[in-house]
Amino acid sequence: MVGIYMQIRLNNLKKSYGSLHAVNGISLSIPSNRIYGIIGKSGAGKSTLVRLISLLEEPDQGEVYFDDARVDNLDKEGLIARRRRVGMIFQNFNLFSSRNAEQNVAYPLEIIGTPRAEIKTRVAELLELVGLGDRGKAPISTLSGGQKQRVAIARSLAGNPDILFCDEATSALDPQTTHSILSLLKEIQRKIGLTIVMITHQMEVVRDVCDLVAVLNDGVVVEEGLVTDIFANPESDVTKEFLAHLVGSDSAGEEKMVQWSSKKGAYTLRFRGTTTDQPILSQITRETGIDFNIRAGGVQKVGGEVEIGTMVVDIQGNEEEQQQVVERLRELGVVVEKEGQ
Amino acid sequence: MNAKVWLLVWSSTLQSLSMVFFSTLFSLILGLPLGILLFITGEEEQGGIIPMPLLNSVISRIVNVLRSFPFIILMILLFPLSRLLIGTSIGTAATIVPLSIAAAPFVARVIETALKEVDPGVVQAARAMGSTNFQIVWKVLIPEAMPSLVSGVALTIISLIGYSAMAGAIGGGGLGDLAIRYGYQRFRGDIMLVAVIIILVFVEIVQIIGNRISARLLARR
Repeated sequence: MVGIYMQIRLNNLKKSYGSLHAVNGISLSIPSNRIYGIIGKSGAGKSTLVRLISLLEEPDQGEVYFDDARVDNLDKEGLIARRRRVGMIFQNFNLFSSRNAEQNVAYPLEIIGTPRAEIKTRVAELLELVGLGDRGKAPISTLSGGQKQRVAIARSLAGNPDILFCDEATSALDPQTTHSILSLLKEIQRKIGLTIVMITHQMEVVRDVCDLVAVLNDGVVVEEGLVTDIFANPESDVTKEFLAHLVGSDSAGEEKMVQWSSKKGAYTLRFRGTTTDQPILSQITRETGIDFNIRAGGVQKVGGEVEIGTMVVDIQGNEEEQQQVVERLRELGVVVEKEGQ
Repeated sequence: MNAKVWLLVWSSTLQSLSMVFFSTLFSLILGLPLGILLFITGEEEQGGIIPMPLLNSVISRIVNVLRSFPFIILMILLFPLSRLLIGTSIGTAATIVPLSIAAAPFVARVIETALKEVDPGVVQAARAMGSTNFQIVWKVLIPEAMPSLVSGVALTIISLIGYSAMAGAIGGGGLGDLAIRYGYQRFRGDIMLVAVIIILVFVEIVQIIGNRISARLLARR
C-alpha cells in the first residue's frame, strides 16, 4: 500500500457559538506523514477544531488547506468526495450496531460503489491489519472496547484515506488497551504512510506516539512544536500543568517517578537527550561545593525514542548560591523551573 | 348462533382484516417519508442532518392537528375525498381512505421517535465518511432504528384495529359494524362478545409478532 502524504494548513480559523469563541484564530501547519497531537483540556476548543478540519463544520472565518487545495469552502459534491478520503475514529467508536464487524468495515466501500468481490478482499485485508482477522462475523456488541476501536480503525482506513483524525480515540479505554491502540496507530502510520492527527486531553498519548504537538487553550494555540522540545522545555502554564500530571507510564514499561521524600522540592529539573547520561549534579556539586537534596525523579521515553529525565530537588545554600547553581545547570542544557514561578 | 351468523362473523372478520391491512400499508406509505422528513429537518443536536426549522415546524403543526382530531369527525370530513378516490363513502374500501389519513401522522411521529433513538455519533461518523444524505437515511438511520421501527409499526396496526372498529359505526363494515348493528342494536350479546374477542385476539397476535421480530433484530446485534 502506498500512501499519499497530505499536509494540512490552517489559516486563522475562527468559529463561535453565540458568544462563545470556541476556536479563536488558529493557524497551524501540520506536516504530512507524521503523527500530530492536538492537546487541550475540555472546553479548550479541540472538538470544534477537529470538526472544522475534518470538514464536518464550516469555519466562520479562516481557511483550511489540504496540501495546496482549499477545502473549507467546497460545494456539496466536493465536500462528500473529500470526506471520503479522510478517515476518522472517535472516543465512542461510533460503529453501526446494525452491522457486524466486517459489514462496518465494508460501509465506506459500499457508499462509493465498490464491487462486492473487491469489498470482500479489502475488508479481510483491513481486519487482518488491525488484528481482528477472525472476528469479521462478530456482532459489535460482543466486542471489547479495544476490539471496537480496532474495527473503527479498519473502517476508517477502508477508503484509502490520506489523513486520519483520531478524536479522543483512547479516552474511553483502559491504559493497557490505550497502549495497544496507540501502538497499532503508530504501526499503521509507518506501514501505510498517512498523516495522523490525534486530538486528546491525555499527555500520555502525545508522549507515546506524537512527533509534534500543539497545545490548545481557550480557542488558541499556546504552544507548538516537536514533542521532545516541549517535554524538555515547556513554556506555557497549560503545558506545564499537563506535564505535571504526567508521571511515568504504567503501560509502556517505563520507569515511574520515584518519590523519595514526602516533601515537595523547590526546583524541577528537566534533562533531555544526551544530558540524561551525564553526571551533571555531582559535577556541579564538585565545582561549587553546594549539595542537592533529591526529592523525586524518573526517566520518560518520549515518542518511543528520546528520553526526558525529570528530577525534583532542593538546592542547599542561600539564595545567591542557589541562583549560581541554577545558572550553571542551564548552561549545561538542563531546564530548571522554580516552585511557584 | 347458527351457521348464517357465523358466516356473517367470518365476512366481517375478512372486512376488518382488509381494512387494517390496506390502511396500514397506505399510512406507512404516507407516514414513513413524513417521519423521515420530520427527523432530518429537525435540530442538529437531535440528529437532524438537514436542519430546516421552518419546514420542520410547519410539518410538525400539521401532524399535531391531525393527530388530535377526533377520528369519527375526521372520517366524516373525509367522506368527499373517499367519494373522489373510491366512488363511494360507504363500505370497507371507502373507509380505508380516512383510516390511512388518520394514521399517517401517527406513523410519522412513531418513525421520528424511532430515528431519534439512533446514536447521533453514528450519524456523525457516517457523515465524516462522506455519506450522502440519502445514504445516511437508507443505509444508517433506518437499519439502526429497525427494532424500534418494527415496534412502531406493530403499534400502528393495533391502533388501526381500534380505529377500524370505530369506522364500523358510520358504515365501514367489519367487526365493529357487526358488534354495533347485531350485538348492540339487536340485543345479540353473543355476537357482540364474539366480535370483541376476535378483535382482542388480533391485537394480541400483532403485539406478540411485533415484539418477537424486534427482539430477534436486537439479539443479532
